[in-house]
Amino acid sequence: MTAPTIFGICAALLVGIGLFGVIISPHPLRKLLAFNLIGSGVFMLLGAVARRGAAAGMGGDPVPQALLITGIVVAFSATALAVALLLRLFNETGSVTLAADARAHPDAGDT
Amino acid sequence: MIAALNIGVAALVLALALFTIVARESFAACVGFLAYGLLLTLVWVQLQGLDVALIEGAVGGGLTGVLVIGAAVRLRSTQAAADAARLGMPARMLAVLLSGGVAAAMAACVLALPDPAPTLAPQVSASMAATGVANPVTAVLLAFRAMDTLLEAIVLVLALIGVWSLAPDRVWGGRPALGYDVDPDGILAYVARILPPIGIVAGIYIFWAGADHPGGKFQGATILAAMWLLAMRAGLTDAPPVDRKWLRLALVAGPAAFFAIGLAGTVTAGAFLAYPDGYAKVLILAIEWALLPSLALTLFLLMAGAPQRMSAP
Amino acid sequence: MPAQDLTTPGGLLLVLAVLVPFAGMLAGLALGGRNAQRVALATMPAGLGIAVAIAGALSGAGGELVYLLGNWAPPLGVALRADAASALMLVAVAVVISGIAVYACGDFSTPRSAREARAPLTFWILLLAVWGSLNLVLVGGDLFTLYVALELLTFAAVPLVCLDGRGETLQSALRYLLFALLGSMFYLLGAVLLYGSYGTLDIALLAARLRPEAVPFAAAALMTAGLLAKTALFPLHIWLPPAHAGAPAAASAVLSALVIKGSWFLVVRLWLKAMPSLAGLASMQVLAGLGAAAIVLGSIVALRQERLKLLIAFSTLAQIGYLFLMFPLAFDPASAQLAAGNALAGGIMQAVSHATAKAAMFMAAGSIYAALGHDRLEGLTGIGRAMPVSMLAFALSGLALVGLPPSGAYLAKELLLEAAAQSAQWWWTIVIQAGGMLTASYVLLVLAHAFTLGERSTARVSRAARIGEMAALTLAACSLLLGLLPWDAWLPPARPALSLPLSLEALSKGLWPLVAGALLAIWLGRWGHPAPFGKAIVARLGAARRAGLAVGKLIERIDCRLRQWPAASVSLLVVAMLLGAAVMVAR
Repeated sequence: MTAPTIFGICAALLVGIGLFGVIISPHPLRKLLAFNLIGSGVFMLLGAVARRGAAAGMGGDPVPQALLITGIVVAFSATALAVALLLRLFNETGSVTLAADARAHPDAGDT
Repeated sequence: MIAALNIGVAALVLALALFTIVARESFAACVGFLAYGLLLTLVWVQLQGLDVALIEGAVGGGLTGVLVIGAAVRLRSTQAAADAARLGMPARMLAVLLSGGVAAAMAACVLALPDPAPTLAPQVSASMAATGVANPVTAVLLAFRAMDTLLEAIVLVLALIGVWSLAPDRVWGGRPALGYDVDPDGILAYVARILPPIGIVAGIYIFWAGADHPGGKFQGATILAAMWLLAMRAGLTDAPPVDRKWLRLALVAGPAAFFAIGLAGTVTAGAFLAYPDGYAKVLILAIEWALLPSLALTLFLLMAGAPQRMSAP
Repeated sequence: MPAQDLTTPGGLLLVLAVLVPFAGMLAGLALGGRNAQRVALATMPAGLGIAVAIAGALSGAGGELVYLLGNWAPPLGVALRADAASALMLVAVAVVISGIAVYACGDFSTPRSAREARAPLTFWILLLAVWGSLNLVLVGGDLFTLYVALELLTFAAVPLVCLDGRGETLQSALRYLLFALLGSMFYLLGAVLLYGSYGTLDIALLAARLRPEAVPFAAAALMTAGLLAKTALFPLHIWLPPAHAGAPAAASAVLSALVIKGSWFLVVRLWLKAMPSLAGLASMQVLAGLGAAAIVLGSIVALRQERLKLLIAFSTLAQIGYLFLMFPLAFDPASAQLAAGNALAGGIMQAVSHATAKAAMFMAAGSIYAALGHDRLEGLTGIGRAMPVSMLAFALSGLALVGLPPSGAYLAKELLLEAAAQSAQWWWTIVIQAGGMLTASYVLLVLAHAFTLGERSTARVSRAARIGEMAALTLAACSLLLGLLPWDAWLPPARPALSLPLSLEALSKGLWPLVAGALLAIWLGRWGHPAPFGKAIVARLGAARRAGLAVGKLIERIDCRLRQWPAASVSLLVVAMLLGAAVMVAR
């Protein structure tokens, strides 16, 4: 098995693990970690695609590698924004649950 | 042999990822994530993407790991509520099924990718001479797909504005991050005095070498930002207040220079972000030099967070 | 070089359309203080002018503006492309943003006492950032550049939600950010698969190289699912109602009217330009099926709301569903592909009219909130007399959304109905008509509350707010009169402008949904005491009303369930798999 195939399948499994984490983790910070796992899975797939495109004396296709650098930085800034939001939410309310409060539902209007 | 090594690395990566998800405590999960990010660097080396390995180790593993660990420490008291809200077994089974399905579909796609793989490497190699740089990734980043790099610089500034908007109104314009009470004779302060000079040299070297070897401004800027962060966390220096004019100008200077050079290209070379013949390398270096301080500053401020306290008058 | 790979004259306008707002954003940040607002207001005419120039260059349809960035042709370089549909959306975005900017001068001016304030500074910078990213989404021609554009749009929109710093809005913003990031990851995954298969990310080149194979099917399903999460189409609408309702009024207007149009436009671009041959009728029916569900769910839950802004937010949910009805109607059985025609024209018209009308609605609601101190529907008694301008704006925009001629929505409905008739998909005719009735029901509900004669309202409108009211009224009038513009210059199937005086036929087509809507509102709406119409009617309806309210409560409960995180994330995966299966089945 070549490296791209091994790491391509590894990437698929990472995306699966990350998706599992996103669905079941109640804590937003854990969801964020799971999202980062999905992101690194997608990036690993792009890396495998880059390696498959080795030609013209280069070890890999440089275009996907450049896209990867951009993608990793964008994912980092997303994480930074999310962490800042999380901390502010905690400072403001003391908890970080994402579950919406059940609305008090006066049925007065149902005549 | 190599395949066995790759399988071993992949297995380790997957194990760490799984740990990150199933660990009970958020802090443990974040530390696991930091280790995972650093291990990914090895994966990139195996995939022959050295520029990507550098950025993954610096930003993906290093900065992100530090960010989430810091958050986990501050959010320790929310662990109990999260534990109480854990999903039951049926929901977990469904989640396993669905995510497993997506993973399986993706793996099938990986195996179904065409062979020989379509690639742009020959085109890059053919057109690279016009750009004057020897590192093909730098050529793609700053010549062929320069628009994406410009947009990326804007993304960072925008994320920073978003982070700043989360400051409480009363401390707007103040300094990010809380002050740290650090033992001035402790090991952290010691490391923070020894490491930054070496780090700064290393960062600038990686930036400079990026034109012809793996490296570049993002990697170099991250190291510079990390050194400043270390010094701040050790109490040796403080984050600047966000309403200072010099700070705003420094943040904007890099993208603005990029804009200006791009617009100049419309006049001199016929298209936005085009370089006139023979001047490509000079202009690329100019863009990189202009972007380096802005990037380092932006990355540092993103790590420092929203303003939390007013500076002493 | 093939013709598509040459920069066309006037292509530089595309670059300027993207750069001008971002340059304004950087200038606003650097100059700081009050200058951010001044820079933003100065950018409005410039951006509007550029958008109009692009539209002018593309009138007479069929043409395309292309710009090769850096003079590098795809697949190596990145190209910007605009066609007539993009041009119209560019103008719509520019007009709506200008209107919102005028309105926001009241809420987001830096107070005299401070040199710089947090909310005003960040609002103006983020507004320009939204504009720039939207323009990039509309003219981008490369899938990865579009990914960066989507991230820019999300980073600009999320802080707008929690601009006031309250706990609930912070929570809504975090939910929005996490779900939107999930969507982007799905989109990127699809793009990676496409690059792996075809070696390019340029939309025009992909259209030429794409074959109906397994990997492109998966990519299409993933990308569409990700974009649906960002557009908040049912059942992926977990984040929209609290986010749009909790944000400040000007921010809600931007979010509802414009931000969601970005990802919707990408879905259109993807299916009609990049992968028309992949679209089977099955997958398009799935998309429109979700849209129909969104219309029903959104409208019924809107009818049950007690607060005005939440009602308008759920109305957005329903209108998003409307936007997806165009997909099966664009399917051309002869070529087994998606084709631009009546359906595309109808979709674009619907998007433009919804943008103007929804912005006006949120602006009017914001004025009412500012004057009254709350936005409870039951407390709106008498506001029709106290704030006639705002209520007129709300009424006009509401009627425009329902499809009263000569509004844009009326024209859009005609086009979609024609497409449905042509392709013999009679079930969508029913859905389109039902959508009009349901829209009318909640609009009339609000108007009934507002124009009920009761004690004098305590609302006071400050002078600064009057300008905002006028801006809302202007946008509302625009949305009502959109049908009069010469649309066929850009979208050939759109009939020549309706002429005044309107024919009796056109008027009756517009009026009967109102009647049906009124009946629906009486049946399903939750009226407080005293009901504006006689208790006698209520008593007579009796059992029917109880049944209707029970149905409404059930649907509201389903909506609440779907808007919990586990259900929503599971729905995302289910939608992706459903789309994947549907795309493959068609072969």
